[in-house]
Amino acid sequence: MSGNQNNGSADGSQNDAYVSFQRVQKSYDGEILVVKDLNLDIAQGEFITMLGPSGSGKTTCLMMLAGFEPATNGEIFIGGRSINHIPPHKRGIGMVFQNYALFPHMSIGENLAFPLEVRKMNKADAEKQVKRALDMVQMGDFINRRPAQLSGGQQQRIALSRALVFEPELVLMDEPLGALDKQLREHMQYEIKHIHENLGVTVVYVTHDQSEALTMSDRIAVFNDGVIQQLSSPDDLYERPQNAFVAQFIGENNKLSGTVTKINGDTCTVKLDDGGVLEADKVNVSAVGDRTLLSLRPERVEIDPTSDMDDILDAKIEELIYLGDHIRVRMNVAGNDEFIAKVRNRGEKRDLKKGQTIKVGWSSSDCKALDA
Amino acid sequence: MTDVAFKDQMNEAGELLTADGVPLKQKLAITTRRARMRALLLTAPLIIFLVVSFVIPIGQMLFRSVYNAAGSNVLPNFAVSIQDWDEQGLPTEQMFEDFVKDMQLARKNRITGKTVGNLATRVNYEIPGTRSLFTKSSRKLSKVTEGPYKEALIKIDKKWNDPGLWIALKRVTKDITPYFYLAALDYKYDEKGDIVAADELYQIYVSNFWKTLRLSATITFITILLAYPVSYLLSTLPLRTSNMLMILVLLPFWTSLLVRTTAWIAILQTEGMANDILVFIGIIGDDNRVQMIYNQTGTIIAMVHILLPFMILPLFSVMKTIPPSYMRAARSMGATPFTAFRRIYLPQTLPGLAAGTLLVFILAIGFYITPALVGGEDGLLISNLIAYHIQKSLNWSLGAALGTILLIIVLVLYWLYNKLVGIDKLSFG
Repeated sequence: MSGNQNNGSADGSQNDAYVSFQRVQKSYDGEILVVKDLNLDIAQGEFITMLGPSGSGKTTCLMMLAGFEPATNGEIFIGGRSINHIPPHKRGIGMVFQNYALFPHMSIGENLAFPLEVRKMNKADAEKQVKRALDMVQMGDFINRRPAQLSGGQQQRIALSRALVFEPELVLMDEPLGALDKQLREHMQYEIKHIHENLGVTVVYVTHDQSEALTMSDRIAVFNDGVIQQLSSPDDLYERPQNAFVAQFIGENNKLSGTVTKINGDTCTVKLDDGGVLEADKVNVSAVGDRTLLSLRPERVEIDPTSDMDDILDAKIEELIYLGDHIRVRMNVAGNDEFIAKVRNRGEKRDLKKGQTIKVGWSSSDCKALDA
Repeated sequence: MTDVAFKDQMNEAGELLTADGVPLKQKLAITTRRARMRALLLTAPLIIFLVVSFVIPIGQMLFRSVYNAAGSNVLPNFAVSIQDWDEQGLPTEQMFEDFVKDMQLARKNRITGKTVGNLATRVNYEIPGTRSLFTKSSRKLSKVTEGPYKEALIKIDKKWNDPGLWIALKRVTKDITPYFYLAALDYKYDEKGDIVAADELYQIYVSNFWKTLRLSATITFITILLAYPVSYLLSTLPLRTSNMLMILVLLPFWTSLLVRTTAWIAILQTEGMANDILVFIGIIGDDNRVQMIYNQTGTIIAMVHILLPFMILPLFSVMKTIPPSYMRAARSMGATPFTAFRRIYLPQTLPGLAAGTLLVFILAIGFYITPALVGGEDGLLISNLIAYHIQKSLNWSLGAALGTILLIIVLVLYWLYNKLVGIDKLSFG
């Protein structure tokens, strides 16, 4: 696994990318590389999300871009200019922090005026701009409050408008919604998305929450182990994961392991460990005899399938969970008792019982043969 | 649909009632009584200790600074009759008689605090050089058995003819006196009983108060300069390293104050380590070694060292709570490192800075042992003068008056601090 799936310019040539990481490596202790050979191009106006588990190197990348951590190797460009030796305050990058980082000893107005003040903007213009930035997040009435007097969601909005008030072309967001409750988080996702669309700024967003990434991004870079595992649009990432890590990290995923017995063009035949034989989409296997992990989304599993399904297997129902809009069926399929199927609740009476043996099936194109 | 609305129950007085009809406040008091009693019991030892060891002594000190009964104890009858004197000429014969008889009685007296010596000491505070007059006269008065007492007394010593002495005696026999505060502020009574500045030679207290405040301010300022970067480092380092360094900071706390101070003597004396090194490097010659101790310099160096942890700890505890993202946010918004520090970091450390400043300054103005050991004559602080009056001169009232003034200075500082920063913002860590 390496970052070779992305469309970065590993050859070092300058292209029209707005932000460009070229062969960037980062180590804190000289023994372990936290970021390994990162190549990433970000277009102007793009909303790109760095998604990955904690310790995957995504925040380090953001900190290198912001200028708070030097890159150990490689170069970072903004607008074609190398920024390796430009200090953070001269980079002109807006930033939203996880804990908001609103200055507690200043009012909301003073917080927003701070970036304008250090830019020596005259008072009247600054006031106008602060007001406009606050109105953008519907917080105009809060200009004289202190950060501590605001709720988490309100603080988040202020942090957002403060990062935008000096009209930067690039805005970095480091898990900005991490501290909010679920409902507010979803609401803010849409709000950030709309602000991005209206202003046309380039956004680099870091999160470990996959649904957040899927909701907002133009493209998502999935990080693991210091390497971009896949860089693609949200639907591509979900529909066509390139490897087992991405498949597991994005969305829910049923796993079946086996060995490739035949390759026919874009599909392959896989013999499961318990003897069953399946057709699967060939994604990340190369030769007959390779071990493979088959990945299958729960909502693509059909219960009591029609006979024209490519793959049909026996299943024993282990557990039924009623979730309102759908019913989660946990069953044992080919030795995997964590196999999940989502049955849409259409109101018709489903005769499913725990312990019952049924048949499940799916189309071979939904079953991805990935690296084991 | 069932009606689940809860209606508040009230009695005639408009008090809320519980479901059982007992007033809510009463019921609450009953249910929390045990907890309150336990809390009281747990704090009782400390409260008693504080009253015995702190409130009572301070009350005693305040009392003693204005109360001195040496005069009325020795001359009980004279103390009453002299108060009617109009301070014109000499007191009446009756007053002289009371004085002589009181003196004769006191001569036989061996009760502590009621001897002629006590009186002589007390008068000597106000009119230096009168001590021998009292002891000599006391001896000779034993032979005087009948009047006129005025002439008899003046025959013993001409000084008894001086109205100024009798004005002083009238003052001294009053138990409550502002004299010690006047003395502590470098004032005295003249022969006519008016308040005037003390002789220049005796004006030592006010200048010493100023010196104490000045030295304390210097020491506080130096500790801020030294402690701020160290605290910042401690707060940003990983826990393991910062704990190690913290132990080094706290190490002085585990060593006796006396040991640390004497260590400074070993280092700073003219034949000490610091001078040896300077001579060795060649910065100074062997014959003009620097006097670094037994003066203000020595006091400052040793006290800065001893008080440094009191500045580091509150600063550290405040800095630890400031996430690095504040500075980063400021930098990302275009602030230079210095601007970010001045506008964002420094204001947030103010509670710790203020607590450390207050702590160090107040400890410094009351510091005793270090200036006593390394201060020489020049580096003595007000506490050393207080100790002198309590231990050597035994003028406890003057010591108490000086102590009370020191206490008032501290209280004023607290008040000022509360006005400027707000005592609720204090963070001692």
